Amino acid sequence: MTQLASKVESSKGSRPRLSDTLPDSTLLGWLHSMQLIREFETRCMQAYQGTKIGGFCHIYSGQEACAVGTIGCTNNDDPVILAYRDHGHALARGMSPRACMAEMFGKAAGCAKGKGGSMHMFDKPNSLYGGHGIVGAQTPLGAGLAFATRYEWEVLGTGTKKVTLCYLGDGAIDQGAFHEALNLASLYSLPVIYVIENNGYSMGTAIHRHSANSKRLTMRGEAYGITSIEIDGFDIRNVYDQFKPLVDECRDSQRPAFVDFKTYRYQGHSMSDPQKYRTKEEVDEWKQRDSIAALVSHLLHDRRCLTEAQWKAMQDEIAEVVRDSVEFAENAPVPEVGAELYSDVLVNPQPNMSPAGEYIHGAKNPLL
Amino acid sequence: MPEMNLVQAINHALAFEMERDDRVVVLGEDVGLNGGVFRVTEGLQARFGAERVVDTPLAESGIMGSAIGLAMAGMRPVPEIQFEGFLGPAYDQLVNHAARYRSRSRGAITIPMTVRVPVGGGIHAPELHSDSPEAIYAHHPGLKVVMPSTPSDAKGLLLAAIRDPDPVVYFEPKRVYRSFKEDVPEGDFEIEIGKAKVVSEGADVTVVTWGATVFQCLAAMDAMPEDVSVELIDLRSIYPWDMDCVIESVRKTGRCVVVHEAPKTCGFGAEVSSTIQEHCFLNLHAPVQRVTGFDTVMPYYKLELEYLPESPRIKGAVEQVLAY
Repeated sequence: MTQLASKVESSKGSRPRLSDTLPDSTLLGWLHSMQLIREFETRCMQAYQGTKIGGFCHIYSGQEACAVGTIGCTNNDDPVILAYRDHGHALARGMSPRACMAEMFGKAAGCAKGKGGSMHMFDKPNSLYGGHGIVGAQTPLGAGLAFATRYEWEVLGTGTKKVTLCYLGDGAIDQGAFHEALNLASLYSLPVIYVIENNGYSMGTAIHRHSANSKRLTMRGEAYGITSIEIDGFDIRNVYDQFKPLVDECRDSQRPAFVDFKTYRYQGHSMSDPQKYRTKEEVDEWKQRDSIAALVSHLLHDRRCLTEAQWKAMQDEIAEVVRDSVEFAENAPVPEVGAELYSDVLVNPQPNMSPAGEYIHGAKNPLL
Repeated sequence: MPEMNLVQAINHALAFEMERDDRVVVLGEDVGLNGGVFRVTEGLQARFGAERVVDTPLAESGIMGSAIGLAMAGMRPVPEIQFEGFLGPAYDQLVNHAARYRSRSRGAITIPMTVRVPVGGGIHAPELHSDSPEAIYAHHPGLKVVMPSTPSDAKGLLLAAIRDPDPVVYFEPKRVYRSFKEDVPEGDFEIEIGKAKVVSEGADVTVVTWGATVFQCLAAMDAMPEDVSVELIDLRSIYPWDMDCVIESVRKTGRCVVVHEAPKTCGFGAEVSSTIQEHCFLNLHAPVQRVTGFDTVMPYYKLELEYLPESPRIKGAVEQVLAY
């Protein structure tokens, strides 16, 4: 038996899976979080189509096991930094659905005061350092966050050992900045895990058409001396089984890691994607092994910690939470122009840019 | 007060602040073991350790991006970009991330980062090592841009920049690095970002400049007849810039010449000139003149002084506005 085959065998066989040692409440919590994301994204699509949400909107449905599973392996003070498909992670990290939806709607109660939108899921109390619109450009920032946590622990003596999760898609792995980040992370021994959510497409281009040697992405991490593994990111128990030891190892050794998560998004790249690059059959095939349905089945039939009635009640409860978030977002005020349009650019608004600016709108304009 | 040149004053200020605040880290290409290509960080790694003075790969996007990450987490990174031309690969990080974080997170996350960048010509360096891109960065909301021309200003502005809660691009005019020494106050002091300095008071014409051309303007003034009274303003901060100081001066003199090394089109002189016409229209006795580099790529060193606004060209422009 090959080493790989024996690994697969042991994960299927008699040895208990790591996730099997977790209490029922943890897995029920995962299910709740995944269903919340699924429901939230469904309502986002409706609101976008109803022109309630502007900007762009990248839907996470299908990939829930990845965000919930990986974030479930961290502590709440481990920094998380995201790409642009970021609502799911924000909810998984504990952002309130109201703050998240209000941001989508461009309302003042949003997590970025309603002035950013879909790609601006910032939540500093939950160590969430936001979504990023430039593909791959967040990856050196992830290295910097890890540098800071290591510095706080090692040099300042003020922090504990932390691990930073830096998320990116398979499209981002082709960016130069990512390779600079990998080099820095390994060279300086920074505790950052690059979580590649490989959903098979960089926007509308399939991975074998956008990335060389695409069946072995881990070689890119290995090339920089970084522990690099593939994980089936569609099965949340498997995500936990494989990712938790890696997080523990990175925390302990304060070293980086690279993970190629195989996953799939059910919706288009953005809301305006005609999806000519894939067939409905392909999407349906992935939906056959949907991560939420698989977890429900496990909890119903294997763990027997959930009944059909309880699952229905959970879905209803979540639908109500998300409906409430939409209602909240609908009714929340828009950002106030006078107070907000010119704010938060620099700590001290400058006289030629502030709305009360003396040179533009005020006493020092000779035409007024 | 010890005498220092610009390089020594910056080195002294970095050490001063690293001693005071252990969140300050310096990172860049050859800044540690080698002390930086211009030796600005000489001795800092030996004094503060390799974990605070970090030699990096030649990877400006990675340097800038990881410095931003450090700043997001509350550190006070001071990355060095070796020459202003190398800001190119870091531009995405600087403009699309550093400048926007306060805005994108609506005040929750800020970037207290100071990017040190040697700037300008006059040292026989090639193009990509001699440019003056201050207007490009002043154009991006969310960045502050400063350019000290003297050792004392260099220290005061650097301390202010490192302590500033927002990202500051700190341009160091290479031509001044070792051109002269002056007494630099030893203790703690800041020069407020956004405040210009009146280098010499005058009544007939205002000359506005910054960086190395301050000294070309002084040379031009030396060459003029004694009865010509020039008010020379060293802007020091490019954004935010001291409109009050310039407007007040031009309302007094009625004439203005703006001098900078960067190409004329869309150089920061255009902003200064336009602001003057908006606010001093009825005070002007002559059109505002600009003495600048040309809209060409910086030439190789044999033609360098033809490109740069040297004192004869400045003197000529002052005479023109006086004779108008």
